[in-house]
Amino acid sequence: MNITKSIGMNGIVRLLTRNWGRRTVIGIPYGFLILFFSVPFLVVLKISVSSTDELGIHFQDLISYADGIFQLKIKLSNYIFLTTDPLYIETYWSSVKFAAINTFICFLIGYPFAYFMARSPASMRPALLMMVSLPFWTSYLLRVYAWKGLLDDNGVINNILIWLHVIHDPIKMMHTGFSMTIGMVYTYVPFMILPVYATLVKMDLRLLEAAKDLGATPWKAFWLVTVPLSKNGIVAGSMLVFIPSLGEYVIPELLGGPSTLMIGRVLWDEFFSNNDWAMASAVAVSMVVLILVPLAIFNKYRADSGGVRGI
Amino acid sequence: MDSRLGKTWLIAGYVFLYVPILTLIIFSFNASKMVTLWGGFSFKWYGVIAHDSEVVNGFFLSMKIALMTATASVVLGTLAAFAMVRYKSFFGRTVFFSHINAPLVVPEVITGLSLLLFFVMCERLFGMPERGMFTIWAGHTSFGLSYAAVIIQSRLLELDKSLEEAAMDLGCRPFQVFYLVTLPMIAQSLMAAWLLTFTISLDDVVTTAFLSGPGSSTLPLVILSRARLGLDPTVNAIATITVAVVAVGVVAGSLWMSRQERRRAAEQSAAYREGMQAMGA
Amino acid sequence: MADSVANSTGRGDSSQFLKIDRLSKHFDEVAAVDNVSLDIKKGEIFALLGSSGCGKSTLLRMLAGFEMPSSGNMYLDGEDIAKMPPYERPINMMFQSYALFPHLTVWENVAFGLKRDRMPKDQIAERVEAMLGIVKLKPFAKRKPHQLSGGQQQRVALARCLAKRPKLLLLDEPLGALDRKLREETQFELVNIIKSVGVTCAMVTHDQEEAMIMADRIAVMQEGRFLQVGHPREIYETPSCLFVAGFIGDVNLFNGTVEVDEPDHVIIGSPECRHFVNHGITGTIDMQVNIALRPEKICLQEIEPTIEQRESAAEHGYNSARGTIDGIAYFGKFTQFHVRLESGKIIKASRENTARHEETQLERGQQIYAWWDGSDVVVLTN
Repeated sequence: MNITKSIGMNGIVRLLTRNWGRRTVIGIPYGFLILFFSVPFLVVLKISVSSTDELGIHFQDLISYADGIFQLKIKLSNYIFLTTDPLYIETYWSSVKFAAINTFICFLIGYPFAYFMARSPASMRPALLMMVSLPFWTSYLLRVYAWKGLLDDNGVINNILIWLHVIHDPIKMMHTGFSMTIGMVYTYVPFMILPVYATLVKMDLRLLEAAKDLGATPWKAFWLVTVPLSKNGIVAGSMLVFIPSLGEYVIPELLGGPSTLMIGRVLWDEFFSNNDWAMASAVAVSMVVLILVPLAIFNKYRADSGGVRGI
Repeated sequence: MDSRLGKTWLIAGYVFLYVPILTLIIFSFNASKMVTLWGGFSFKWYGVIAHDSEVVNGFFLSMKIALMTATASVVLGTLAAFAMVRYKSFFGRTVFFSHINAPLVVPEVITGLSLLLFFVMCERLFGMPERGMFTIWAGHTSFGLSYAAVIIQSRLLELDKSLEEAAMDLGCRPFQVFYLVTLPMIAQSLMAAWLLTFTISLDDVVTTAFLSGPGSSTLPLVILSRARLGLDPTVNAIATITVAVVAVGVVAGSLWMSRQERRRAAEQSAAYREGMQAMGA
Repeated sequence: MADSVANSTGRGDSSQFLKIDRLSKHFDEVAAVDNVSLDIKKGEIFALLGSSGCGKSTLLRMLAGFEMPSSGNMYLDGEDIAKMPPYERPINMMFQSYALFPHLTVWENVAFGLKRDRMPKDQIAERVEAMLGIVKLKPFAKRKPHQLSGGQQQRVALARCLAKRPKLLLLDEPLGALDRKLREETQFELVNIIKSVGVTCAMVTHDQEEAMIMADRIAVMQEGRFLQVGHPREIYETPSCLFVAGFIGDVNLFNGTVEVDEPDHVIIGSPECRHFVNHGITGTIDMQVNIALRPEKICLQEIEPTIEQRESAAEHGYNSARGTIDGIAYFGKFTQFHVRLESGKIIKASRENTARHEETQLERGQQIYAWWDGSDVVVLTN
């Protein structure tokens, strides 16, 4: 009797200590993220719907309790403004447009690049791969800045063209949609290349031989075998390019112009130039909504194709 | 497909990737203040930045923050990765998952803004923290942790679980299993995660801009403020130094790793041959 | 108090060195191990045999402590081990993948468990040297696992387990990762080492040959239960059910009905022939039974077997059938014949190739007689 009891006690002690370790392992990173990621976002959410006091400095509490009545005050004027103001609507549209164009160009350049990398001799591939990822490790800010030097009115490209007598007056490239797009493509093309390369290099080349054996021309084999098999890489790459370019700030700031409206830059200006915290918060919330859409599509695709792969 | 087309495409791609960086480097040695017009070779701008207190202070602040961020990210990321891979069911696991992944997709302007508003609120309520190194570190770590967790998680997933069971079988208590077996096994991924989060922190400008306070300008903030105004030869000099350091580090690192791998493969096949001979004898 | 526990679980009783008592393990309502009881003798090599998913690995992992039993008890040398964590059990396991620590040398791998016990350094060195001597790996002490061949890695894994002098050694598919040729050599070597050390051993395998060569006793498992526990010969010659008969070796099966049931013999009628079984069975007249017959127990000859040839078959006409050779497969040490009986049923018969040139070559399409001894017939009543 006694013995079974003591074993039981031991077991309980052990269970508690085990759970203690487990709780630490889960709790510490979880706690950090809740404190420095989730709570701050809730603060943004709150500020985006709260009204300021008479002085316009302090944000009032959403829920107040006075005379035995709970009061919930939500101010939606910022959101109404966001959805009706033509400038904001244009900004959303323009952000999506530039992100989509960027994704498409990255695909056009990156897919063949990844393809040729994957089909080059195996001994060369590590070096080729390293050369793609090397720019990753150098400052992104500096790489964007580099294009300023190339595309400026008296930048390297214009200077060379004038020196070669191809043109007489500098071409206006800086602060246009062109300069911003080229900066975005430059920054994000490795994000397209790497996942596509990863799927292509894993591909069983005998499948192509089989396709050719069954009478497919090289092009047909490419379209009917290679491209469908690399679909996962294309989707992953597109997401890795599209989502961050939607919220881009540095590139539109350094390479864009007045006509290249991007939502990230508008948020920055609302906050730093206009000092409108509530409006900036509302823009932030709307940006999250904007990003959730492609993310949900991506997750659904992943779930669906996961089911197919499971067979 | 045509191999000539392939070579051309690859060469053109690498030219596109590297020409901007090369021009940055070339014009850092330009004697002229005009960044894009060649005025002769000179180390002038390197001397200038060495005495530019804004640049020097920014550099040291950035390094400090990057060191702290990378270390904290790896520690927290290891715990998070461990929780995701090893604990198959716990309360709020899916929420935990999305918490780990969310910082990877949320634009930095939002991370920066929300953390700033949060810290402002804290400051009003508790009188702290002051904006500066700590707030920047917290911001960087909030997404650095996610990057580290993703890298370490993928290594943990491919780890042979029987190694840890064997350790336990041979008398290791759970914590001993972790530091005698698991840790050495994932050491390389910890190193990779540390380096990645270090460079991400060193490079970050958007979140930093929101979270920095007076007198806490990191190097990227200095660069951004100068780049906004136009072309600046000191920025080129800074760029060249970082590119040189990174290139040497990454190339040496990957050469070392591929040599390790080759040696390992050679030893493995030697052992196999030996085994076959022993069997024949 | 402690004494009463020890007595009831039989400390010192070498026939119950390991006692598994009504052990079960459920994974989400599915019973991987279902109410299993077993005693293993001290010094015995015991094999759990079954196809994948039969619960043998779960049972082994419960012994090692990696899985907690849903119910039931386990006693090792009189000590209750069911609730002990793996690192406190006097049990060591050799993993299928060997699970050698890749960052440690052979020497460090073997010493790993000893260091956890805080054994003095000189004793560790002594023990490791001795273990490496046993597995003939002394010259390889400084190598890392990846610098060893598969067979050497397996020996390091064995040395690492034995170094702690466990009361119970667990082997998980011990030869699963080796080439076929290497396997045969290693089987005997492994048994020799285990027997010379004298450690009690439980192993898991899906390979019936491996189990029969290595083990003193075998338990055939299916769906979490033991179908039969016994000596390899017992399991092969007198399988307890259809599954065991089919799982261990090749077998011919006949359906039949009991026609005569006498204490010393039974006669069973089946469409192919009438079987004379010269041992009693527990059954009744008209009972449906299965008859199992090993291929090597069937003789093939061109002429009808004479009475003298088959004394025990008692009466003329029993235990023999006419047929045609439908196929011949030459395996080297034996040849297997597929014989189509007159009823249309195809049976397998094998003949050992003892002489290099057989005098009577049987050929495809040839008419032959197949016959067998009444004592070789196994009657399965379920």
